[in-house]
Amino acid sequence: MRYGETGFNLEIDLTRGNIERVETDPKLTELHLGGLGTNSKILWDRVPPEADPFSPDIPLMFSSGLLGGTPAPGANRTIVTAYSPQTLLMGYSMMGGFFAPELKYAGYDKIILRGKSPNLVYIWIHNNKVEIRDASHLRGKGAVETQEIIRQELNQPNAQVAAIGLAGENRVYTASIEQGRSSCSRLGMGAVMGDKGVKAIAVRGTTDINLARPAEFIELCNDVLKYIKFRNEHPVPNVMTILQGLGSPQEMLHVDEKWHTENFSWGNARSRRKDFWTKEVEDRWKEVQETVRTRLISCYNCPMKCGAIISVPGLSAYMMKCFSKLTYTMAAFVDDIDFGFKIAQRATEYGVDGFSTPQIMAFGFELREAGILSEADFAGCPSDNEGKFYWMLDRIVRREGIGDILADGIHWAAQKIGNGAEAYAHNNIKKHEQLPLKLGMLNPIYFLMYATGEKINITQIEGQFPQAPFATKEEREEFISDWIQCPDDKFKQIVMDWEFRGEHSNPYYPTIDMSVDVVDWQEKMHYIDDALGVCAGLSSFPLKPPYHMHNYPKFISAATGIDMDEDGLTKIYNRNRNLLRAINVRRGLRRADEVPPEDHWKKRFPELETQLLDAYYKFKGWNNNGIPTKETLQALDLGYVAEDLEKRGIYDETAPAEKASA
Amino acid sequence: MGEKKKKIIKTIKVDLDKCNGCRACEVICSAFHATPKYSTNNPARSRIRMIRHPVRDIYVPVYAGEYTPAECMGRDKYIIDGKEYDECGFCRASCPSRDAFKEPDSGLPLKCDMCEDDPPQEKPLCVQWCLNDALIYEEREEEVEEEEKPSDAESGLKALTDKYGLEMIADTFARMAQKS
Repeated sequence: MRYGETGFNLEIDLTRGNIERVETDPKLTELHLGGLGTNSKILWDRVPPEADPFSPDIPLMFSSGLLGGTPAPGANRTIVTAYSPQTLLMGYSMMGGFFAPELKYAGYDKIILRGKSPNLVYIWIHNNKVEIRDASHLRGKGAVETQEIIRQELNQPNAQVAAIGLAGENRVYTASIEQGRSSCSRLGMGAVMGDKGVKAIAVRGTTDINLARPAEFIELCNDVLKYIKFRNEHPVPNVMTILQGLGSPQEMLHVDEKWHTENFSWGNARSRRKDFWTKEVEDRWKEVQETVRTRLISCYNCPMKCGAIISVPGLSAYMMKCFSKLTYTMAAFVDDIDFGFKIAQRATEYGVDGFSTPQIMAFGFELREAGILSEADFAGCPSDNEGKFYWMLDRIVRREGIGDILADGIHWAAQKIGNGAEAYAHNNIKKHEQLPLKLGMLNPIYFLMYATGEKINITQIEGQFPQAPFATKEEREEFISDWIQCPDDKFKQIVMDWEFRGEHSNPYYPTIDMSVDVVDWQEKMHYIDDALGVCAGLSSFPLKPPYHMHNYPKFISAATGIDMDEDGLTKIYNRNRNLLRAINVRRGLRRADEVPPEDHWKKRFPELETQLLDAYYKFKGWNNNGIPTKETLQALDLGYVAEDLEKRGIYDETAPAEKASA
Repeated sequence: MGEKKKKIIKTIKVDLDKCNGCRACEVICSAFHATPKYSTNNPARSRIRMIRHPVRDIYVPVYAGEYTPAECMGRDKYIIDGKEYDECGFCRASCPSRDAFKEPDSGLPLKCDMCEDDPPQEKPLCVQWCLNDALIYEEREEEVEEEEKPSDAESGLKALTDKYGLEMIADTFARMAQKS
């Protein structure tokens, strides 16, 4: 019997319509845990690096994590991977909700979709019974609408459905996969799903998940719940409201948007509006949000309420979380949040990424103002800010006219448009649009996370280490006094010594070595979460979370029976981190690509930044070009990866930095 | 008339407005009732079910009650605060019209037992795991008339009598007695 995991994957060849239930190798669980870890392994093993992201050979994988569906609170994430059509690197995007646990109860750890269906289909998984069904009647239907239609036609109110909207069908590079209150938005996984001809996957499961050491496991779960309760009653003091609690930013709960609206940039990540948040705005926004927000809701087995049901009069209800109430509003320079809730309804039904898409639209209008795009490109476009954005959203999703070019995202659109458009593509990392946040002083920790993160998403790489120093010694002492998550006292010392000004302040403090250390810890937590399928909102994302390096090994042992300790878990993290890096290296990722947006900080320090990257690579056991060395890979049982990189001549390349110093 | 006696009534107060739909109640219920305890979990075996329809904002945790062999004749609908609820959305019965409250493999009916345990749990586990206080455990004392509890055989026979009538049961009994 397998514990924690089901031990089976569902392999579906869409080209031939073949469906197989395949037993997995328990050894791979010991090496990679599950989720992102085993997805990476499968991608490495099966796919030639030369393949186009839309090649039928590339498997689109929907994976639960190793703890998914067990009683571990918040273990509900679905990890979706393929190659990203936008970055061309491995794309991994994740959603909460209810899908992964249901998949586990149906008896599978992963769904692996290969090939391409000749017609639009949906997949219906009911325990051992799996069908590929015609979806021609669902063509063009909204992503939320589709979920409901499928549940009704199957007469399965408890089925969980992940669906794409029109954007995915049309291979828009920012297409999302929507499921309940959650969506897998980043890096174009919806486009890959649409390209495979799969409109939706519905799953219903009624079988058991087994635990190796049940009493011990439940005790750990009880401790986590107790700690969540404690944290909800004790917000972290002396940090911004949004950083005080657990979960993803509580944007559905809070109505006070002074910080976001005045500190984040409007339009194409350009201008800050420092006096925006007036009393009048505050009253209006509060009224709107409290009117449209029907209920705060959660993902599977999690007490946090990061999402909400949104019912705008006259529009069908949908679900929202995090920051997307603001992204369209701010990108379009609309002063009324009412617009944000309305356009997000249409965008959610279309199934598009609420971070990238508004920026793409703002980018399009900026090019028009600059005369780089012509008036002919905007024939029929209304003149008001709201109307313009609705018009553009429709063009992009339908791939009509200028929308067809913009549907490939800012980077590729700029390449195609030319004529100086590249300069307007200023807020990308590795070709992917980022949060419109522009700051003053370089923070060395964030520099490294932005530059080197394989997730390629600023918002998902925050962590358990404070974002800024505390003002006084008393505040610092208070913070470290109950910092049970901290893996080593050296991090407490950094917090104690970190100042706003002077010798111990950004960008030179935390020092280079300290910064690398902190980043490694933050990354480690993310890689573990993504392999276990636990929400970052209870672990790697907020300050003082219930899951951390000290209790995770116990969870894994009690769930699976695998002997695990902190060192063992660290080794698995390093293995998964290096394997993912190697996949991307094989796809062409090099040091030269590891650059945050030029204007992310006003004050930049080229020499320091070079030293930071040098030190980070060295710490990781990578060469100066960001490539894991043979020794590093061999020590992580990844000798076969080293051999492959060697065969491809990747170790013979010279790093730009070495060239410069030579 | 029996004697008056004090009895503790166990109640779970369900506050639909506070429910966030996470289904932690289902998770822990199915784990608690597994054998050995907590060894498996499977919400399909849970004795509490979230009747959940997010887009219509319907969130109703329902506890498994009595088994009934027949479907209802009608299925009424209730409109509360502008939201339409199916009657089944509040019903505790394990019945043929739906898959809730039945063991998924055997189809045997499930019933909430308030997590009877030795030593006793402070509160039912679903209440313990509901951090949003949608489920609140309450005990109240009631005076009840003491009844003599019928034996299993008696209540079985009573059910048969209700169904077939006393005469037929008596005839059948006489016939069976003769044969043996």
